[in-house]
Amino acid sequence: MAHVVEVRGLKKHFEKGDIRAVDGVDIATREGEYLVLLGPSGCGKTTLLRMIAGLEEPTEGEILIGGNVVNGLPPRARGIAMVFQSYALYPHKTVLDNITFPLKTTIEDRAERREKAGWAADLLGIGGLLDRKPRHLSGGERQRVALARALVRDPSVFLLDEPLSNLDAKLRTSARDELKQFQERLGTTTIYVTHDQVEAMGLGDRIAVILNGKVRQIGPPREVYSHPADTFVATFIGSPPMNLIDRGDHLLGFRPENCLPIEAMGSNGDNLLEVDMQVHRIEYLSGDRHVYATISGLGPDDAHVITRIPATVDVAVAEDRTQRFAVHEKDLRFFDGDTGALTDSRPVRT
Amino acid sequence: MTPADRADGVGTAPPANVTRNPELTPRTRHQPKRKLADNESVLAKLFLLPTVIGIIGLVAFPFVLAILFSFSDVTTGNPSLDFVGLRQWRAILDSRVFWTALRNTIVFTVVSMALIVVIAHILATVLVKDFKGKWLVRFCVLLPWTTPVALAAVSWLWLLNSIFSPIDWVLRWFGLIETNLYYLGRPVLAMGSIIAVHVWRIVPVATVIIMAGHMAIPGEINDAAEIDGAGFWRKLREITIPLTLPISAVAVLFGAILTFADMTVVFILTRGGPTQATQVLSSWAFFKGIEGGDLAQGAAVALFLFPLLLAAAILILRAVRRSEVI
Repeated sequence: MAHVVEVRGLKKHFEKGDIRAVDGVDIATREGEYLVLLGPSGCGKTTLLRMIAGLEEPTEGEILIGGNVVNGLPPRARGIAMVFQSYALYPHKTVLDNITFPLKTTIEDRAERREKAGWAADLLGIGGLLDRKPRHLSGGERQRVALARALVRDPSVFLLDEPLSNLDAKLRTSARDELKQFQERLGTTTIYVTHDQVEAMGLGDRIAVILNGKVRQIGPPREVYSHPADTFVATFIGSPPMNLIDRGDHLLGFRPENCLPIEAMGSNGDNLLEVDMQVHRIEYLSGDRHVYATISGLGPDDAHVITRIPATVDVAVAEDRTQRFAVHEKDLRFFDGDTGALTDSRPVRT
Repeated sequence: MTPADRADGVGTAPPANVTRNPELTPRTRHQPKRKLADNESVLAKLFLLPTVIGIIGLVAFPFVLAILFSFSDVTTGNPSLDFVGLRQWRAILDSRVFWTALRNTIVFTVVSMALIVVIAHILATVLVKDFKGKWLVRFCVLLPWTTPVALAAVSWLWLLNSIFSPIDWVLRWFGLIETNLYYLGRPVLAMGSIIAVHVWRIVPVATVIIMAGHMAIPGEINDAAEIDGAGFWRKLREITIPLTLPISAVAVLFGAILTFADMTVVFILTRGGPTQATQVLSSWAFFKGIEGGDLAQGAAVALFLFPLLLAAAILILRAVRRSEVI
């Protein structure tokens, strides 16, 4: 069972401190989609999720789940399940009691509840931990218990609030992979909140980038990465971020990996923007080389840029030397100087 | 610089030359000086000293003295300590008042603690919510605590007065009673009045303690329970009460000890009457030992509280440790 979640003109205004946490958001998921809400902390993404869950009432706007307006309905009537950042396991209950807790309102029979919990626990590989208390579990195990508790109710929508942020870096990668496989198997519509762009790129069917309570761009990871809607998205996504060069009324942008030494650009010498770069520093990061350099001549001022030379390119680059780099014109992006919005291509000198 | 060097340079070669030779290198000038405030073993003793003196002078010494008294025949008229064995204890246990007082003490403690915990939980539940006029409610809840005992006593004596009681006046006006109730003049009503006033006095403290317990429950756990479909009562039964159990036990322990050894309310309202119906062990010890002058029997009555309180404290602390959750 997968339902579509839609929010229309959603606003949340906190009286205290006069904060517009969510300021007019329109988003609709597709059936069974994995939608990631991505934004810096305090951008309103968690408030948005809590409104969908029914933990906060919107100031304005409508929330639809499966085509029905659910404004004013308590969380339990919305057919959703939520996994919290802290996992919010009940510390005084065993793993089994944690997982069966949501079933008590729907399933009368104790044995049946147990069976269902056992199924969810086995699915997540925590069948052997049912008698433990949460404080005796590792971070990864707690996360699985929280997922099992969410899963056991057959929700039509999963809401996940930064479920990986409490795990250590190594575990996070494998947990991310499991989370994705898990959702693909269940096919349940999932809304996932994170501030980590790597998680967002890796997990999302689509990403909604949020800043100051507004959606700045929504689209598949690839599109958000290669055609960012504005300078905020361009610099928030990607590591290192997109290079932006101020050219007065507009900004010129290109991704670090698209700017390579001229020798590495191959025989296709057409449509290249060639630039001389003063190389300052080179970092070796897992095989790739990150080159910190200055470009002069493209804008009124010198611009600091970072390029990423993949491990497969073995052109020599030396520090404190000027070297010729190039970017394909198709990889150039242009942004309005005032609004920061993506604009049409403009001629670039050289 | 190794720690040994540093320790050597501390007390012996004082940084006197530092001030005289300001041109010395910064490293020497910033050589750490070890002062009294850095010596933790001395500080610890120093800071503990007032408490230790207080406990020895005001708790340990009177306690030992009371034990000695209880095995003697000392009175205010004859302060010489003559050892008489268990005579005083036997006299107490033979007295009918003792058994009445013991029963009253237990009724008084158990009933008022039960009421206090329930009322404090209700008030705490209300006070952790955000609503308009919250400050006023909080102010009113804390008010009994800040009221001086003398002032409160006068108010309650009037409220429960046999002729002028405003409570009776209101009840009569509504036609609920025909004649005045004589709150302090009838055994059951007198005990009820004592309990009511005591609850009124202790509830503010209990509320503050239990409110801390309510606020210590992470917000996400309440959210999760709501998502999982728990309504108000189920949340109360399965989340709030179990998670506030340890702190409630602390509140009960505190309150029980306060209540068990308390004689203020009894002394002010009824002085143990009518016919010992509200006499508790502590008030009886006071009347016997201080007002009656029989220090030995007063001490024995007061000491009788000690093993009971000790047992209660051990039981409750053990329960807390077992239900320790987070």
